[in-house]
Amino acid sequence: MLASSPRLRAILLRVAQAIPVVIGVVVISFLLTRALPGDPAVYFAGVAADEASIEETRVAMGLDKPLPVQFLHYVGDLLQGDLGQSLSSGRPVAVDLANRLPASLELTLTALFLAVVIAVPLGVLAATRPGTWVDHLCRVVVTAGVSLPTFFTGILLIYIFYYLMGIAPSPLGRLDFIYLSPDHVTGFYLIDAALMGDLETWRGAAKQLVLPATTLALFTLAPIARMTRAAMLTALSSDFIRTARAAGLSNRTVLYRYAFRNALLPVVTTLGMVFSFALGANVLVEKVFAWPGIGSYAVEALVVSDYAAVQGFVLAMALLFVALNLVIDLLYTAIDPRIGFEAQ
Amino acid sequence: MTDHTSRRNFIKMGAAGASILPFLRAMPAAAQGNDTLVVVTGATINSLDLHRTGTSRASYQVGINCYDRLLTFGTKEVPGNGLSYDYTVVEPELAESWTVSEDGMTLTFKLKSNATFWDGRKVTAADVKWSFDRAVSVGGFPTVQMKAGGLERPEQFIAEDDETFVIKLDRPSKLTIPDLAVPVPYIINSVEALANATEDDPWALEYLHTTPAGSGAYKVARWNPGEQLVYERNDDWVGGPLPAAKRVIIREVPSPATRRALIERGDVQVAFNIPDKDAAELADTLDVFSTPVENCIHCLCPNFAFEPFQDPDVRKAIAYAIPYEDIFQAAAFGRGLPLWGGTEEITDTAWPRKTQYFTDLDKAKEHMAKSGHADGFDVPLSISLDLASWMEPTALLVQEALGKIGINVTIEKIPGANWRTAVLVEKRLPLHLENFGGWLNTPDYYFFWAYKDGHLFNSSNYRNEEIEALVDATLHMPMDDPEYAPQIKRMFEIALDELPRIPLYQPALNVATNGAEGYEFWFHRQLDARVLKAV
Repeated sequence: MLASSPRLRAILLRVAQAIPVVIGVVVISFLLTRALPGDPAVYFAGVAADEASIEETRVAMGLDKPLPVQFLHYVGDLLQGDLGQSLSSGRPVAVDLANRLPASLELTLTALFLAVVIAVPLGVLAATRPGTWVDHLCRVVVTAGVSLPTFFTGILLIYIFYYLMGIAPSPLGRLDFIYLSPDHVTGFYLIDAALMGDLETWRGAAKQLVLPATTLALFTLAPIARMTRAAMLTALSSDFIRTARAAGLSNRTVLYRYAFRNALLPVVTTLGMVFSFALGANVLVEKVFAWPGIGSYAVEALVVSDYAAVQGFVLAMALLFVALNLVIDLLYTAIDPRIGFEAQ
Repeated sequence: MTDHTSRRNFIKMGAAGASILPFLRAMPAAAQGNDTLVVVTGATINSLDLHRTGTSRASYQVGINCYDRLLTFGTKEVPGNGLSYDYTVVEPELAESWTVSEDGMTLTFKLKSNATFWDGRKVTAADVKWSFDRAVSVGGFPTVQMKAGGLERPEQFIAEDDETFVIKLDRPSKLTIPDLAVPVPYIINSVEALANATEDDPWALEYLHTTPAGSGAYKVARWNPGEQLVYERNDDWVGGPLPAAKRVIIREVPSPATRRALIERGDVQVAFNIPDKDAAELADTLDVFSTPVENCIHCLCPNFAFEPFQDPDVRKAIAYAIPYEDIFQAAAFGRGLPLWGGTEEITDTAWPRKTQYFTDLDKAKEHMAKSGHADGFDVPLSISLDLASWMEPTALLVQEALGKIGINVTIEKIPGANWRTAVLVEKRLPLHLENFGGWLNTPDYYFFWAYKDGHLFNSSNYRNEEIEALVDATLHMPMDDPEYAPQIKRMFEIALDELPRIPLYQPALNVATNGAEGYEFWFHRQLDARVLKAV
């Protein structure tokens, strides 16, 4: 089977290559969390704790042991799939991540989808008609998108569409309190509600998504539009396009089959990068819209030196990006058959 | 709690037999009625068990709303600010009556005979004993809090028969009875808990962490950590008058701006613990309660370990240089109570009290000139990033004012996770801001934590032999003892003359309501959902 499918073998090879990366992430995240300022035992012992109860807490958390022993315990648990117990949420980190990662992914993917649907055509149009109003519009949108911080856009959108106009639902997280969350299958409310056939909840979840996704889309739109425009301009001015035009191919064919397809590579690369920083930039959007996502979870955990949660978050992110890079590389080969795995 | 069946039940309960769709559409209207209340807060409920290590302050409300204690406090009116608990009135909650022996060493409680847990089982003295044993044994905060009331060892608690519970004290103390009414000594269904305890976890910390087992006014219908907690009324509650709201939904909304939009629009009925700024701005349009937090003071603390602050004139110079009014307006937006410009003569035992200090640069300069540091000195002023909302403006104003008397202040911002260690445990910050508040509302209790040498909130490394003796003498003394008032006054006199803590103002807890009434302030600064009513 391996021999018969070079692509599968290549994928496995890539996954194998990711192993040292993950090991590195495990070690670094462990060391970094220990280097954080603050003493979690003091923090979690509570407001009125005395020395004795702080010490009890320290022992209960296993922080009285030397670092190498702590690390061995951590790795041992990790190998059994146990990410440890988050002290701030009081639940296993794996459970927290399973609840919160889908929330962040649902928001980020929706935002990214929105951004792509708007930014790519905008970039293409701007590139084909440089100097016209479309080009200027593209420039204005891009500048505004990058220069408005997400928390500001978020609050502004809430102010206009919820507070003043009253057409947006209450910014109360993933579902208004009148709905009950759908049964957990994927953790994506839109998918889970659809699976249950609960149209009302689906609509409720979709409504809640609109404002935060728009906020995030406005922010991510800029690099995608910029990159599309630049890549299209390069492609359009290259020799093979001139040849294609000279050969009398229709404008449409030239634009979409030849120019756009060649421009797609940098756009996909940008998409991957945008996705990763959007997942990080989520924090502010999550705070404003009370979105129970992974960004705010990680920040809260960092603030209180909740080691297990921070390590779990870093590890989950590392795995996510290993997967993401793999997907992007696969997309490359699909877009441009000249790129093979062997070349990399 | 989140499985399919309970979801169905929840819907049925809310819709009162109607189908799902009308329920969904009818809910917002119903929320305006008296069925459901929605509360937004910025804090996270991370456990349903207060006794657990790492339980956040916001989680204490589960202990209050879902569990009963033997005793509770009465209610009083705060002029202009709605209702507050009344420290001076103790009322029964699960106890029907109680007696204190002649020597004050034995407390005997009769339990209400009709009190039952949510599973229908009668509340017995054995449950009380198990719960108290747990609180004094698990360590950490609950154990410290129990100790404040003289409750230290399981042997002190005796279940005499099903309805009689006895506490034996090592010494009589006025703090014991009030300490039984704080959130910590709540009564757990010991049979249910023990059925879910393991050898490693004899106190069922894991089980009760996610599954409360109590007799309180509300049960937890749903809990999604980081999102929401849904309380559902326990119609068989006997601990007090049945709550008006059938369901109370606590939603976590981290952004204060979003919370404000929600309460202003009226989509939620209560916004709990809103910033002072929002409270000041919303006061005209909504019902805003800004209750001064009892026994709590925001202070500037000069650390005695830092040489210049050992000079009493330097400390007095600072106390006269501080721009109190500006700080009160900039940091607290006028919410709370001023604590400056009082009389030097102490005639009562009310605490916090106005100090004899006020802003007077000339006096400040006089004291500086008299001190051994007439040329001034450099000092860092430390603040916590977690408490930046009041500490940052305060620090900037203090920095500016002290600059005028030759003290060159640099502001040092310390991350929240580091703050407690630096300020309270290591006590290494030369000049810092501090905000201790005591749950038990007596001055001696405040002094015990904040002025006794080595005690946690004495972040100034202050030691005065007379204060040590006075606190030890008054801590357990009844407040009507003729010895009490003179000793307390003497304590105030020394502390305000020596100034290891320079009081700035008394902060307020701000709560806005829009469509709810009955809000009551509690010393624990958490929401008591039992008294809320939709209007």
